[in-house]
Amino acid sequence: MSAWDLFTLAAVAAGAFFFLAGTVGLLRFPDVFTRLHALTKADNLGLGLIVLGLLPRAEGVFGALKLVAVWLLALLAAATVAQLVARLARREGDAGA
Amino acid sequence: MTALYLLDLVLVPAILLAACTAVGTRDRFAAVVSFIVYGLLLAIAWVRLGAVDVALAEAAIGAGLTGVLLLGALARMGRRADEAAAAGPPGRTLRLGAAALGAAVAAGIAAAVLALPEPAPQLSGAVAEALPALGLGNPVTGVLLAFRGYDTLLEAVVLLLALLGIWSLAPDPAWGGLPGLRHRARPEGVLAWLGRLLPPVGIVVGLYVFWVGADRPGGAFQAGTILAAVWILAVMSALVEPPAVRSLALRLALVAGPALFLAVGFAGLGLAGAFLGYPAAAGWAKPLILLVEAGLTLSIAATLALLVAGTPERAAG
Repeated sequence: MSAWDLFTLAAVAAGAFFFLAGTVGLLRFPDVFTRLHALTKADNLGLGLIVLGLLPRAEGVFGALKLVAVWLLALLAAATVAQLVARLARREGDAGA
Repeated sequence: MTALYLLDLVLVPAILLAACTAVGTRDRFAAVVSFIVYGLLLAIAWVRLGAVDVALAEAAIGAGLTGVLLLGALARMGRRADEAAAAGPPGRTLRLGAAALGAAVAAGIAAAVLALPEPAPQLSGAVAEALPALGLGNPVTGVLLAFRGYDTLLEAVVLLLALLGIWSLAPDPAWGGLPGLRHRARPEGVLAWLGRLLPPVGIVVGLYVFWVGADRPGGAFQAGTILAAVWILAVMSALVEPPAVRSLALRLALVAGPALFLAVGFAGLGLAGAFLGYPAAAGWAKPLILLVEAGLTLSIAATLALLVAGTPERAAG
């Protein structure tokens, strides 16, 4: 097992941990805003770590760039959707639901 | 290998669970969300089976576009919730009948699959043999555009018919007008920001998926869905108005793909001796296929976007 394999293993495991933490937060936190916080922050970091871990295994520079682009697009979508959901929750005033 | 089987062991029950939730739950919104989750999980299953083209189509059309259509239908149902409540839930006979029919179809398909001989009959060898003559690298594109061109042509026409069905629901004063209700978004808001930021990326990705379809997974349907999504995002962010459905440019875009496909098909009568045939001379088939795919991408994008935009509801100003 090379050093890169160890790096992949560690980064992907750390990423999976953040996904787990985000899911626990989604299930356990009391209202829409805290759940959004758990989901977006943890998922972004989790996906980022998984992409980071997979970079050494990507097919060439373009494969690596595609992986990073996937992460950036997911970041963008998650951040935007979190804003929209939070705005709607605040307007409807059912943040505790 | 064992790790992948573990993934399957999680994936298959998750698909079944999502499907059962989508059918069984009484909360309509939960049902739609379960259906979208079901589509995404199914896409992963297709990747596991090595059918990346199908996975792309399932994720883009099965989960994404159908999900948006269902959410749109749900939002409209909300306005008529009282009517629905007055009519009451479907009776026991109707539900049992629907369940029996659904179960019969499932049993029939299962029986057909289980009755297949081992090894299952397949044409993949024949496709692989004939593919070099087309100059394509992706066998799925070869099947869709050449070997089974009929199916693809009819699919493109069916999409158009679906759109005509939606348009025909328009009230008389709005006929030929703007589809859907006016979207509002704060001009400095995050949605408008995303609507400005994402389209350039989406257009590049859509065109890439179309272009790469000749040799790798991708093609007109997936690319058309991505381009439609870009346009829908721009409309939802209130950055552009959908065109009036009587617009000539719009209608030309809608029929360009099927018309081009038909024209190439009829040209095949003279050049290759068969409807939808491609000339045997080397180097002719691939440009023709790319031409048809380009037209189809445009038409599918326009059709899917207008399917989501909905019935004309406002007279063109």
